[in-house]
Amino acid sequence: MDGFLATPVGHLALTVAQAMALLVPLLIGVAYLTWAERKVLGAMQLRKGPNVVGPFGLLQPFADALKMLMKETIIPAGASRALFIMAPMITFMLAMLAWAVIPVNDGWAIADINVGILYLFAISSLGVYGIIIAGWASNSKYAFLGALRSAAQMVSYEVSMGFVIVTVLLCVGSLNLTEIVRAQADMWFIIPLFPMFVIMFISALAETNRAPFDLPEGESELVAGFFVEYSSMSFALFFLGEYANMILMSALITILFLGGWYPPFDIAPFTWIPGPLWFIFKICACLFVFIWVRATFPRYRYDQLMRLGWKVFLPFSLVWLVITAAALKLFGWLPA
Amino acid sequence: MSFTLDRVARSFLLAELASGMWLTLKTMFKPRATINYPYEKSPLSPRFKGEHGLRRYPNGEERCIACKLCEAICPALAITIEAEPREDGSRRTTRYDIDMTKCIYCGMCEEACPVDAIVEGPNLEFATETREELIYNKERLLDNGDRWEAALSKRLELDAPYR
Repeated sequence: MDGFLATPVGHLALTVAQAMALLVPLLIGVAYLTWAERKVLGAMQLRKGPNVVGPFGLLQPFADALKMLMKETIIPAGASRALFIMAPMITFMLAMLAWAVIPVNDGWAIADINVGILYLFAISSLGVYGIIIAGWASNSKYAFLGALRSAAQMVSYEVSMGFVIVTVLLCVGSLNLTEIVRAQADMWFIIPLFPMFVIMFISALAETNRAPFDLPEGESELVAGFFVEYSSMSFALFFLGEYANMILMSALITILFLGGWYPPFDIAPFTWIPGPLWFIFKICACLFVFIWVRATFPRYRYDQLMRLGWKVFLPFSLVWLVITAAALKLFGWLPA
Repeated sequence: MSFTLDRVARSFLLAELASGMWLTLKTMFKPRATINYPYEKSPLSPRFKGEHGLRRYPNGEERCIACKLCEAICPALAITIEAEPREDGSRRTTRYDIDMTKCIYCGMCEEACPVDAIVEGPNLEFATETREELIYNKERLLDNGDRWEAALSKRLELDAPYR
């Protein structure tokens, strides 16, 4: 067996198996995230949410997926065909690609690379291409405006997100995601870096185009934003991509601030639960807040969104970065 | 000064946001307002204006005397009545049609009726697949009256003190 795994074919087979072991639960997670979102939103609006398909509506995601698959894919006459079909694939692929470096447990990352956080950042920035291409290729004014908004928004919030990540990196001294989590064995970074955690979370909302920053798909003014012209499976791919990105951002927040696979206290009842479960549990908690925020806040106006990104978050995170750096240097806490 | 400090502190500690979030979280654990419609139904007022019916006297004689007041008052012109004397000399309708697609369920017909013949009942589930099925004739209306008579007389009795 070891001999086979050492061959190129064996190595490939192992990688594919690992990717499947991560992606299949991820896609099921995405399906149930849509269900959970509808349930939680329902509860917060005194409604029941889906409760007819299966017990507690648990089969609803699969009914929806089936419905999507059976619908006709419509390509508008004025659309740029190749790009129009490619855009959802790009979005979906990038949302899946990023998961390669996420460490679910100590040493459980598919690719434990030393520039993990840069890779994640690069992939999540590329995500905007799927949206721009979709908006442009649709040849529709709503889609185009949605794409423009989305691009501007994602670029703006990535800047402050970058500073947040740099702050964490200063405290860790490594770009490797596994190392970042290991550095939180004694204390999660949410405690010393709480303001950065808040900025990171809000930026993550903007980055994934979630309420209250869901202007790119603002129903009331842009119909559905960049994916108005999409139907059937191509629409479903956007949908899956968006929700997978939500889970990805939650995973990133978990890794950077919530101590990844570590239990909150290093004592008996908490240490019985294995690391991956802690990791999943923390992701779920983040996702709940994502949905909770959606149930609570109205949509931002576009100029408010830009103001918040450039005039509040950027200076604030920059100042906090300098303070953190100074404190680390003055007290001699810099990682070796 | 203290006002400014208060404002800055509030916005930096996200006080408003936190209180909003707290409200939605509390709401989440309240009982649901939704009812499981086809299985559970909300209560209806005795004055609810639903599907029409033509009532009969307890001896089986139809109440309608073809006075055409309902036809005259109907603001949507949904009612069509034709009448001629029956063999026994009493005045009866030969045709009583209501176009349910025109009807606006205002209840003027039942208010105009001097003999409580045409009434709107509690039934609101009479959706059909074709338009034609919604053009009710006299037979259909009398049938409705017979089917809902228990409910109809109860409603009239409950509403009588206010008439």
